[in-house]
Amino acid sequence: MKELRYLEDVSTLVLDEEKCIGCTLCTEVCPQAVFEMRQGKACIVDFNACMECGACVNNCPSEAIAVSPGVG
Amino acid sequence: MDKSKDCGCNEHPSPKGLNISTSNVNILSSMDKIISPCSTQTFDATAGHEKPGFKLCSYVDSFIQTHAGDIPIIKSRLEKNDLFSTFYVRCGINRYQYTVAPGLYGIGNPDKSCEVLVTANFKLTFDHLRKQLSKTNAWILVLDTKGINVWCAAGKGTFSTGELVKRIKEACLEKIVDHKRVIVPQLGATGVSAKDVKKQSGFRVVYGPIRASDIPAFLKNNKKADKKMRQVTFNLYDRFILTPVEIQIVLKPALIAALILFIISGFGPGIFSFSGAWERGVVSFCALVAGIVTGAFITPVLLPFIPFRAFALKGIIAGSVLAVLSLAAMASAVNGAAGFLALFLFSVTISSFLAMNFTGTTPFTSPSGVEKEMKQYIPVQICALVLSSGLWIYSAF
Repeated sequence: MKELRYLEDVSTLVLDEEKCIGCTLCTEVCPQAVFEMRQGKACIVDFNACMECGACVNNCPSEAIAVSPGVG
Repeated sequence: MDKSKDCGCNEHPSPKGLNISTSNVNILSSMDKIISPCSTQTFDATAGHEKPGFKLCSYVDSFIQTHAGDIPIIKSRLEKNDLFSTFYVRCGINRYQYTVAPGLYGIGNPDKSCEVLVTANFKLTFDHLRKQLSKTNAWILVLDTKGINVWCAAGKGTFSTGELVKRIKEACLEKIVDHKRVIVPQLGATGVSAKDVKKQSGFRVVYGPIRASDIPAFLKNNKKADKKMRQVTFNLYDRFILTPVEIQIVLKPALIAALILFIISGFGPGIFSFSGAWERGVVSFCALVAGIVTGAFITPVLLPFIPFRAFALKGIIAGSVLAVLSLAAMASAVNGAAGFLALFLFSVTISSFLAMNFTGTTPFTSPSGVEKEMKQYIPVQICALVLSSGLWIYSAF
């Protein structure tokens, strides 16, 4: 979200680009446009917009993404 | 009263009603042969669905016969009672018991090729979805999310892979449609794994748009969502409409706080005075109200316009402004600088705490961020509260 931003550098989002198979599902499910496809692989373009909802983690077929928030 | 009205079905059984199970429906080849028991006259679309002790839901228009049994066709138009109950739920009244029965529904004139839209059984969600589908023929698969909306339920694990698979099987979806897809709202992805749904049910998950209002465009666009449909927003109206519940939640604790305030306000030179409790109690109660108004209403509504990122800090900023204004208005009733400072701190702390509480309602705060904020600001809020109580008692002497 562009107009509303929360605290910076707190997200626990990690993307292992090595494991990415380029399925684009993370760019589809992320509600904050954190990911973009570049040269056939997902990459994080807006890390601080991540709200750790876990949609990407849940749907990544190659377990390339992880988030580990505490109890929210 | 008209019988058909009584059961909430079609008010004027019409030729359209007569054709309800056959027009444009090719689910059963034998369907054309189905003859209604009262085919010579008008056909009550809900006839034969009466059951002792059951009442037809007002949003059901008729029933459609399929290989998997009769499926209720729902109305896309919200009626007066839907709008009234929406109002109550927005005010936080009975919002956890506002549900529809999970299972399969249809809307418009669905056939075997129509899409299956998955949703939650919170009636506010259900109503929001059906009112966007006035020109759409589709199946609606309602999951049992215990009356919680899609996103929250996905986060809490009730809008899940397991529940989706279970409902697909229970509804015998493979007998209803001749394709193998279900459209799951994008925000449901937090609880659903497309890969696992496919593995366990054979149905492919297509992630639909975030907002129900984008569904017609999404379907027209060959089930492709553009970037805008995929991003969550939180505009002024969204924030405003959520504030009544914020205030409703705080009413009970506020009442207890008010009682404590009146007791603390009674302490004074004569150990305890009832007149003091009343006079000073009223003033401190006003400070409490000011704190609630800024923390649970003003800060949420003006969220992007108040500086700083941390909600607790936004609450302090907004709370300070209103505390100064309200204290200036009550100046004659407060004695001395200590009393002013006590009420100021109290009002600002309440505002800060409630503003921080609003993080749980917004669609852009991360749990890690909220944790960091709480670790930082809760100690500050507790110190301010203790200091404020001390100053308030001290100011009575």
